Amino acid sequence: MVKSGTIILNTAARFLMPLQLMFSIFLLLRGHDEPGGGFIAGLVAAGAFTLYLFAFGVSATKEVLRMVDPRDLIGAGLLLGMISVVPAWFMGQPFLTAQWWTIPVIDFKASTPLIFDVGVYFAVLGSVMGMVMALMEVDKDEP
Amino acid sequence: MQFAVLMGFVLAASSPMLNRWFGERTSLVLALFPALMAIWLFSQAPIVMSEGSLLLEWSWVPSLGISLSFLLDGLSLLFGLLITVIGTFVLIYAGGYLKGHTDIARFHLALVAFMASMLGLVLADGLLTLFVFWELTSITSYLLIGFNHTDMEARKSARQGLFVTVAGGLALMAGLVLLGGASGSWSFYEIGQMESDLREHSLYTPMLICLLLGAFTKSAQFPFHFWLPSAMAAPTPVSAYLHSATMVKAGIYLLARLHPELGGTALWIGILSVVGAITMLTGAFLAIHHTNIKKLLAYSTIMALGTLTMLLGIGSEYAMTAFVTFLLAHSMYKGALFMVAGILDHETGTKDVTAMGGLRSAMPITAVIAFVAALSLAGVPPLFGFIGKELMLEAALGAERFDMLLVLFAFLAAILTIAVAAIIAFRPFYGRQIETPKTPHEAPFSMLIGPAVLALGSLVLGLAPAMLGADALLTSAATAVVGEPLQVSLSLWYGINMALIMSIASLGLGFLLFKRWDGVRSKLAMLAPAMRHGPEAGYEGLMNGIVRFSEWQTRLLQNGYMRNYILVMLVVLIALIGNSILVRHAPQLALTLDVRFHEVIVAGTMVMGALFATISRSRLGALVSVGIMGFSIALIFILFSAPDLGITQLLVETMTVILLVLVLFRLPRFSNLSTTLERIRDGAVAAMMGILIFLLIMTAWSINQFEPISMYMVENSAPLAYGRNIVNVILVDYRALDTLGEMFVLALAAIGVIAMLKLRHGENESKSVEGENGEKASVKEPYDG
Repeated sequence: MVKSGTIILNTAARFLMPLQLMFSIFLLLRGHDEPGGGFIAGLVAAGAFTLYLFAFGVSATKEVLRMVDPRDLIGAGLLLGMISVVPAWFMGQPFLTAQWWTIPVIDFKASTPLIFDVGVYFAVLGSVMGMVMALMEVDKDEP
Repeated sequence: MQFAVLMGFVLAASSPMLNRWFGERTSLVLALFPALMAIWLFSQAPIVMSEGSLLLEWSWVPSLGISLSFLLDGLSLLFGLLITVIGTFVLIYAGGYLKGHTDIARFHLALVAFMASMLGLVLADGLLTLFVFWELTSITSYLLIGFNHTDMEARKSARQGLFVTVAGGLALMAGLVLLGGASGSWSFYEIGQMESDLREHSLYTPMLICLLLGAFTKSAQFPFHFWLPSAMAAPTPVSAYLHSATMVKAGIYLLARLHPELGGTALWIGILSVVGAITMLTGAFLAIHHTNIKKLLAYSTIMALGTLTMLLGIGSEYAMTAFVTFLLAHSMYKGALFMVAGILDHETGTKDVTAMGGLRSAMPITAVIAFVAALSLAGVPPLFGFIGKELMLEAALGAERFDMLLVLFAFLAAILTIAVAAIIAFRPFYGRQIETPKTPHEAPFSMLIGPAVLALGSLVLGLAPAMLGADALLTSAATAVVGEPLQVSLSLWYGINMALIMSIASLGLGFLLFKRWDGVRSKLAMLAPAMRHGPEAGYEGLMNGIVRFSEWQTRLLQNGYMRNYILVMLVVLIALIGNSILVRHAPQLALTLDVRFHEVIVAGTMVMGALFATISRSRLGALVSVGIMGFSIALIFILFSAPDLGITQLLVETMTVILLVLVLFRLPRFSNLSTTLERIRDGAVAAMMGILIFLLIMTAWSINQFEPISMYMVENSAPLAYGRNIVNVILVDYRALDTLGEMFVLALAAIGVIAMLKLRHGENESKSVEGENGEKASVKEPYDG
């Protein structure tokens, strides 16, 4: 009953999803200075996949996710979060003290807060997608 | 040092991958880790012996004075070496023992993680560092005992071990916090350097009792000893490693670590020596009841742990020498014997010693190893175990208090232990050949090397105690336990004295007991009804009681209706907060109205949405109107220049609507609407809640008890955290720890929802015909928002 099959939704979803995903990455990267950040970006990305999910159903979405199980995303998010804790330790500072490195050529600020934020992104995306897909799957099998 | 411990965990995490690369040789590859650690520890030994200790410190929570610090002194060196050396052999042995097992990767993971935790435990200097590793050993032990997770007995034993040790861990934490508070330091090293005497402190008694509870549960002291024999459900390499050589000695290690600061009082001596002596005798006495070779060994381990506790209780210099010697001796022979037990089980298919016999010809090397190790267990010269036992008896004879009791118990335990040793050395290997489930043959090299080296070690150290620097190692360990320099010099011959006479007498009597074992056992079987009322029955009773209590309170409080929960929570909130505001702040409240036109419109929309949600007759209608409120709130955030909050609110609202819509399809129509009375009640609560929130906002607006922290964040966000978006800087930098915690909460909630849905999904497939029941269940479908 959720899989719609209307042409407008299908066509829109096909074009909107990549745009939304790119937008989510944009939000993620600018988050430290402008409105945005991992949590918001994660929700936007989840929204993108959910739209696709509503238009094409669970199995098509799974194909788009290319075998990446949302549950693995949750794990990856937590792992990144934990990884960002450690570098300060090697510098002889308390855990979680932010570390900043500048990548010279493209003048990009790399930092542990960014790694942490990417972790938040994956955790949020994985959690929401996991729940939505589980709900959809239950739906699919019931009369 | 910290990298070494960390390496262990990284290695554990990557062991499944290594398993894929190296296949059957993974055990050997993993064994390199403890082997290298052992070499490193050996290389540090001269420094430790000359300097006394090595301290390495890393900041952890500097604002609380807590750091992740590691301490290497004589005591941790001795334990560290036991862990790494025996660990190396256990890993090699496990490769043979579990060859071809489908879950060997999981086994490696848990075992290496345990190894790293145990190393962390004995190297920890911080009180809380020690506690974290202490709990990690409990958890990894749980995973290892329950390794054969399809076996219900194994699961039950794993749970029992976990409950007992973790309950003790709770007491330990209380004790450590008391210790840290009383001494003003969170480091063992600093506490050791202090002038003030903790024994005089007013909190000494509760502190000591909490710490002892932790140590006694971990080290299976009476009356908590029952979990250890149950833990024998684990694969034998685990029993050899965790449940004889290392983890169960963590409690002993803690006692030894605390001895210089807390030991020597009447309370300490009284509890430790008496509990230790009782444990010693209980373990030895219960051992001879059993014919299962692993249970025999487990009870004799309890006996050894009791002995160690008793020696720490006696506390004389002699006792400390005995302590370190007995510790080393026991780890060596018991590790070897457990591995022999594993070989017998593996090659014959049975664990029952009465079902084996005449295996000497089929397994000559195993027979020799078992014989040598058992001699050391029995304390027969010239094995190292003899020196340990001799010193132990001497220490008991010289005890200042309870000496008669301790000597009597030690003597009885010695007799029983000798019988146990004889059973293991002779019963399976000599006498008539008995048909076993498998045709016995000699074990592979990987399974023989460990026990062979350990047994040989017992022999060499016995003949020449000064070899391999054992003297020096034990000296520095004993020095750390006593707290002041102590010279340990061991030898086989101390002249003819009381201890030697007792040794000889116990040997004779023990051998006699072995000869009569079968008869004695059938007599003991008559005691079985009385044994059922032991501490284990108490544990079962307690557990059942807890389950019954939870059932009762769940029925009472958790009736499964969301509306009841919310009603109770709101009423409590209104009562508590409303009371506090009215009593304390009522006169200070002031209201200044300065509202713009568009703000009124947004607020009006919200009120309309709320009203419609309450009177709507369809779920979807109510949901949409709640959504309108959510979006209006987002609008307010944006109006008051908080774009991040606005965006977040919008997105969360969208996601909530999507999730709710998905759930809504699964719900039936409103079946029974509220009665008028209920509506009046609910309406009253809702109105009061609205007033409460209003008052709360007014309070927050008009009362400033502290300087707001927001200015600090605004000022430092760009210069210190290199970010202009303060909300994001707070999330990922200032309060990153909170966010990390929230990430875990989110992940757990998501996994919970997924698991519940999948579980129900599976149920539906198996019983798809139950139409009415299925509907009823879906109404109660828990939803985590």
